[in-house]
Amino acid sequence: MYKILLKQELAPNVKLFKMQAPLIAKKAQPGQFVILRIDEDGERVPLTIADFDREEGSITLIFQEVGASTKLLGTLNEGDSLLDLVGPLGKPTHIENFGTVVCVGGGIGIAPVYPIARGMKAAGNEVISIIGARNKEILIYEEEMTAVSDTLHIATDDGSKGIKGFVTDPLKQMIAEGKKIDLVVAIGPVIMMRNVAEVTRPYQIPTVVSLNPIMVDGTGMCGGCRVSVGEENKFACVDGPEFDAHKVDFAGLVARQRMYIPKEKQYAEHCASTREGGCKCHSH
Amino acid sequence: MSLSLKKNAMPEQDPKVRARNFDEVALGYEAELAQAEASRCLNCKAAPCRKGCPVDVDIPAFIKHIKEGDMEAAIANIKEVNGLPAICGRVCPQEDQCEKFCVLTKRGEAVGIGRLERYAADYARQQGESAATAAAAAVGQKVAVIGSGPAGLSAAGELAKKGYAVTIFEALHLPGGVLMYGIPEFRLPKEIVQAEIDGLRQMGVTIEVNAVIGRTFTVDELIEEEGFDAVFIGTGAGLPHFMHIPGENFNGVYSANEFLTRCNLMKAYRFPDTGTPIHVGKKVAVVGGGNVAMDAARTALRLGAEEVHIVYRRSETELPARLEEIHHAKEEGIIFTLLTAPVEVQGNQEGWVTGLKCIRMELGEPDASGRRRPVEIPGSEFVLPTDTVIIAIGQGPNPLVQSTTKGLETNKKGNIVADPETGATSKPGVFAGGDIVTGAATVILAMGAGKKAAAAIDAYLSGKRAGQA
Ligand SMILES: Cc1cc2nc3c(=O)[nH]c(=O)nc-3n(C[C@H](O)[C@H](O)[C@H](O)COP(=O)(O)OP(=O)(O)OC[C@H]3O[C@@H](n4cnc5c(N)ncnc54)[C@H](O)[C@@H]3O)c2cc1C
Ligand SMILES: Cc1cc2nc3c(=O)[nH]c(=O)nc-3n(C[C@H](O)[C@H](O)[C@H](O)COP(=O)(O)OP(=O)(O)OC[C@H]3O[C@@H](n4cnc5c(N)ncnc54)[C@H](O)[C@@H]3O)c2cc1C
Ligand code: SF4
Ligand code: SF4
Ligand code: FES
Ligand SMILES: [Mg+2]
Repeated sequence: MYKILLKQELAPNVKLFKMQAPLIAKKAQPGQFVILRIDEDGERVPLTIADFDREEGSITLIFQEVGASTKLLGTLNEGDSLLDLVGPLGKPTHIENFGTVVCVGGGIGIAPVYPIARGMKAAGNEVISIIGARNKEILIYEEEMTAVSDTLHIATDDGSKGIKGFVTDPLKQMIAEGKKIDLVVAIGPVIMMRNVAEVTRPYQIPTVVSLNPIMVDGTGMCGGCRVSVGEENKFACVDGPEFDAHKVDFAGLVARQRMYIPKEKQYAEHCASTREGGCKCHSH
Repeated sequence: MSLSLKKNAMPEQDPKVRARNFDEVALGYEAELAQAEASRCLNCKAAPCRKGCPVDVDIPAFIKHIKEGDMEAAIANIKEVNGLPAICGRVCPQEDQCEKFCVLTKRGEAVGIGRLERYAADYARQQGESAATAAAAAVGQKVAVIGSGPAGLSAAGELAKKGYAVTIFEALHLPGGVLMYGIPEFRLPKEIVQAEIDGLRQMGVTIEVNAVIGRTFTVDELIEEEGFDAVFIGTGAGLPHFMHIPGENFNGVYSANEFLTRCNLMKAYRFPDTGTPIHVGKKVAVVGGGNVAMDAARTALRLGAEEVHIVYRRSETELPARLEEIHHAKEEGIIFTLLTAPVEVQGNQEGWVTGLKCIRMELGEPDASGRRRPVEIPGSEFVLPTDTVIIAIGQGPNPLVQSTTKGLETNKKGNIVADPETGATSKPGVFAGGDIVTGAATVILAMGAGKKAAAAIDAYLSGKRAGQA
């Protein structure tokens, strides 16, 4: 069984689980993810490996409660177990000494950027990180990111922490000041990743983004996670999840991510109503 | 007894009723019908039917046992060579295999060999037969089996019988391969597959689900770190092909694998009691003409689609699906739009499919496969309005294991190169079989390959034991 060793609330609706998963911890690399199932009727939920501890045999998952499955996940407690947990999936981030690497994390995307920033730092890069969120209450991993970055910039929409503005602002400024940047890694909402791509495109600064299309198996079997990258269709779960930001069809990605919204709402309502009446939707 | 020229029909659910449920379509013979069908067999000395069966089931012998009412002998006879008769009896393309060679086809219909095989297996299961066979004394060697489709299951069963400690590693959360996630319940009840898997567990086979080889472990690690003495790779043909035409990424365009996985493995037919959604729409176009296409089309119908088309570029005679499935699909109201090839998926502003633009085809000269090549009829384009498109034009090998294993030879298509008789690959101690070697084929071929590889693994490991002694 896959036991929850530790549970923390990082921000409203953002939770951290440290999971007992020795086999996954042994292999996990920055950039990879897992797929979990909560119970027999549950869907397969992909989450990035935000951290791993090979000694302890654990991995850390950080998730935002956005719909029925992540909300149900959030109700689990230390000592509870997940029915299924598989990984590590996807290709690891390509880490080497590039020179100067800018790591951009937005919202929940800061979690997956963290192990990458740490890896880049360990490989000898100068790591400049930019993290952002709507406001300071929901900004996660500031301390962790500080520890693995040479410089840390913070941006919030309302200016409650760091600069008031977007994560692209410090990036634009750096470029304007003539800072030599060898690689940008950006993870966060699709709009943010697209904006970062547009900022770096004119300067041809290599830019990598981590895509999160809707997935089922995560092993390359269904093709549901396909994204168009430079006129080619790629399966994000096995060919990615990281791709060259300048080649990604972000509009296509957004459209596909929205495919099930009415059904997701229906499921959430169904779960809410059945759970009140004694939880028929999920067996415990 | 005067012989009927026709097979005894198997009772079936009414097409109108079954088109809206997931219960099994064909209900199987009752004892009397089975006797009657068995009586049609001439018990030919030469038994030409046997040469059509990839695992050489002794067909006249088991049918004779049924005729005589000795069901125990019948099933024992089949099981000597075929570990999964309840499955093969249901899904083998019999008209291209055993039944194709039956002497009765000269004057009428073949003996219903598949139906009788199914009958014997179902009978045994209903009698509470446990699929488990007593395992031989432990030989003290470990074999890893990668993938739990028919190839992996049969390799595991054979090896466990011989006393090896077998662990199956399966990437998904449920073992069974295509038998579980691909072929739908109405054709192959999952309870039957589950019984086979339970049988393996009773024989001492360990099944590790959620284990992706190439990620969780590599083949080399299984051998070098986890102490496996041999490895069998049965990872199937799980990589869906797309058409590479414009518009394939519109919402509502699925690979058959995704559509069937959502329904079968993730139980989307019970949504919202289960969490995985599926989009069906009113008008569905399924591209392809094989079993996968038939399964996707009939699943869509059962999920509530009003109109379902099979769009296939050749003609009816070339449809690769089992005859029975084509027949059942027609009865259920699936529309066969033949000699038609898609050229573009059309969509709207919101990114949803609205139609499939197609072109009419005619058959020209035979191609390399011996089938007449379809050629486009210029100017015959038309649009099939549709809100769901399911692509079922074939699957290739998933590269995960090959790309992470040192010294494993593959061919141009990415299939693992293996000796057809032994499953031996270019890597010592590593064997492979089933769709990962042959490309998408059949259950019985995969099963046969698993069995042959098990014999070869036994020979290889006995040799190792002798060497150590
Ligand atoms: C590789 C990858 C890594 C991810 N890492 C994280 C992470 O570390 N933390 C985090 O909070 N979220 C992560 N996600 C997103 C997360 O999987 C979804 O938020 C989650 O599945 C939503 O489930 P739900 O039932 O709660 O919400 P729903 O209401 O069902 O869905 C809300 C939205 O989430 C997306 N979504 C739904 N189902 C899936 C699915 N099966 N696969 C992908 N997206 C889906 C859709 O865009 C949907 O509109 C990741 C996704 C991918 C593909
Ligand atoms: C919808 C459909 C209908 C079909 N209908 C028929 C029919 O009527 N009659 C017939 O004879 N044949 C039919 N076939 C074909 C038949 O199912 C296959 O030929 C057969 O299942 C192949 O068996 P296999 O053991 O080689 O592989 P599979 O059944 O594909 O099993 C492979 C297994 O390996 C697992 N796997 C893959 N990669 C890894 C990895 N890296 N690590 C761990 N596990 C892994 C997969 O998850 C899967 O469970 C059908 C196929 C489909 C898809
Ligand atoms: S295993 Fe298949 S081919 Fe062989 S006898 Fe049975 S139904 Fe026919
Ligand atoms: S060829 Fe036909 S009639 Fe003859 S033994 Fe085989 S099944 Fe019976
Ligand atoms: S999630 Fe199925 S192929 Fe990527
Ligand atoms: Mg959901």
